[in-house]
Amino acid sequence: MRIHGLSRTAYLTFAAAALVAAPASAKTISVSADTPDANEKLQEALIMAVSGDVVELGAGTWKLTDGLSLDVANVTIRGAGTDANGSILDFSDQQGAGEGLLVTSDDVLLTNFAVLNTKGDGIKSKGADRIVYHELRVEWTAGPKETNGAYGIYPVESTDVLIDSVFVRGASDAGIYVGQSKNIVVRDSFAIENVAGIEIENSYDADVHDNIAMRNTGGILVFDLPSLPMQGGHNVRVFDNIVKDNSTPNFAPKGNIVASVPTGTGVLVMANNNVEIFDNAFEDNGTANIMIVGYRYPYKDDKYQPLPRQIFVRDNAHGRAGFAPGFPGGAEMAAAMGGSIPPILWDGSGNAIVNDDVGVLSLNLPDVQTPQSEAKPSPVDLKDSAPAALPGIKLPASMEAKVQ
Amino acid sequence: MKRLAAAFAAALLCASGGAAVPVAGPDQALIDGDKMPRKLSEFGLFVSGGAALQAGVVPYELHTPLFSDYADKARAIWLPAGTKAEVGGDGTVAFPVGTVLIKSFSWSGQGGGKPVETRLLIHRKDGWTALPYVWDADGRDATLAIGGRRVPVSFTEPDGTPQAISYAVPNKNQCKECHAEAGAIIPIGPKGRNLVFAPQWQAFRSGRFTWPANRIAPLPRWDDPKSGSVAERARAYLDVNCAHCHNPKGSASNSGLFLRWTDDPTGVNYGIGKRPTAAGRGSGGMEFAIKPGDPDHSFLIYRLESLDPGIAMPELGRGAVHKEGAALLRQWIADMPEAKKN
Repeated sequence: MRIHGLSRTAYLTFAAAALVAAPASAKTISVSADTPDANEKLQEALIMAVSGDVVELGAGTWKLTDGLSLDVANVTIRGAGTDANGSILDFSDQQGAGEGLLVTSDDVLLTNFAVLNTKGDGIKSKGADRIVYHELRVEWTAGPKETNGAYGIYPVESTDVLIDSVFVRGASDAGIYVGQSKNIVVRDSFAIENVAGIEIENSYDADVHDNIAMRNTGGILVFDLPSLPMQGGHNVRVFDNIVKDNSTPNFAPKGNIVASVPTGTGVLVMANNNVEIFDNAFEDNGTANIMIVGYRYPYKDDKYQPLPRQIFVRDNAHGRAGFAPGFPGGAEMAAAMGGSIPPILWDGSGNAIVNDDVGVLSLNLPDVQTPQSEAKPSPVDLKDSAPAALPGIKLPASMEAKVQ
Repeated sequence: MKRLAAAFAAALLCASGGAAVPVAGPDQALIDGDKMPRKLSEFGLFVSGGAALQAGVVPYELHTPLFSDYADKARAIWLPAGTKAEVGGDGTVAFPVGTVLIKSFSWSGQGGGKPVETRLLIHRKDGWTALPYVWDADGRDATLAIGGRRVPVSFTEPDGTPQAISYAVPNKNQCKECHAEAGAIIPIGPKGRNLVFAPQWQAFRSGRFTWPANRIAPLPRWDDPKSGSVAERARAYLDVNCAHCHNPKGSASNSGLFLRWTDDPTGVNYGIGKRPTAAGRGSGGMEFAIKPGDPDHSFLIYRLESLDPGIAMPELGRGAVHKEGAALLRQWIADMPEAKKN
């Protein structure tokens, strides 16, 4: 793995210099878990906050029955830590709302608290531009279960999204899920025992780097799906991540696309354009370290493009892979190939360049209508000259300043 | 009886030595301002000491209402003096600044049918404001519950099933979740095609609403077979109960599932053959929101019949299953020709 920290540090120095002083009226609203009606008090604080305010969660555990929401721009929710002694928003007894915390305003910083055992999603932000998720824990504490909520951290329909130093575990869909958004950074985070560790879906311009995705069903997913308002996902870079031992049996509710992700998948690209996967460390992913496929379901959407295109793979470190392919016919393929299939799997649709020095197995299913049962697997060489590098994501300086 | 109570209240005031208090109407300055008064009575929309409407505050009904835990809802509107509401050609209503839409929730089996909660939607200069008030135990006034509240409520469902639920009074932000369009609060229910103009409303209608030249066909009543086919009534139900979020500018815009009366009911964006995207557990192991001919494998039905917060739709304001509404939608899906199947 290369270390990219240096350039980031230089950028942050610049960002900090650009930091503007907070408005004089800004105040800190402290809330304690130890008061009667703590649920209502905390929600009131989130409603009464004005731009510039910090809502400060004291250390302690809130037993919450209803979802919380923030709809005021430029507010920070800051806790006293993410561990057992920190600020814990416990939704084990949740009776209402589709998520634990919902943010619908711009320029919000969420930092240093934990959201546990929500019935639906953990923290969702919708139409919340320049949101920063920083030092958070979203966890279903009993580990992988089909009855866990779908997404841990779930920004959607937003421009400028930063997810930095978060821990997510147990999501029955994706631990970190960024959907229908633009200009995204997911970094320095830890996704464990989710169906999908980190998923970038129907989104443009994302950097996913320096994360650890382990013991999920699939580590990092880059998807584009039909019939959604924003599609045509493109320009995603996945680099410097550790993607390891993604071996948890798929526990997603059936019907969801993610329920079709084979156990043992490292990085999975489906129907996206311009994706770069480089400098990652892969190990112990039983199906494949990297899988590149088309969208193979019927759809009614003339605008949808189901093939993966301009996918570029280079300079990754590959440990053991392909020893337990989790798709129909996979075991037979592995047996025929001496016990394991190559670490990179391509369904044969669209196009990709793979310059890693490992084997690539093509299923030779060039059009997405051909059923997988007609796969004719054969090794394939996808080496080619490197395309122009995708530009890195730059977030507004105001966002970087918040995590310093 | 109401008049008697009012007279009694007035007599009490006089007896206490205060000057005779004029019968206060709605406090337009307070309505127009930016305050969030702690007590509902401060607005003067109700006759002091209870939930009787002040003179000039006019009750109204809807052809198809939003289901809320089998609550009886009393709706009323206050239009400031000298103003008119203008109904557009698409049925949306331009309410003047100073308008208040009032909705009180009660159950006949709960507290003698006294209201439990009253929500105000106030049109102020900078947009609509939603304020939830919970009635005090003595039923004389209601108190602002800006952070929401849970209230135990007991009632009997139409089929005779006794129910005890934890009724959720929405917090101020949750009001917005349903009432938001492109981030701004708007009224949901009172659209031109859904407003009922009963005889007592006729005068109000003619005096205070201006209508477009082209007549707007009324929305079917979801539970009245004379008002439309099963499909029409199902679509009216979806429009009122779902489309405030499920439209391209609503809270569920990212779902790609759009259920407005005006949406194409044969399209994938109406749910037919639509696979789950962010449904999570809400898919219930099913492949499609609507599978023609097969309501048992249509997760739209699954979500309407669930009370689990990770599954239930709508996400807010439903602590009981609307059995009769779900039955209508089941019939609609069962009647769909399977040939349309994706």
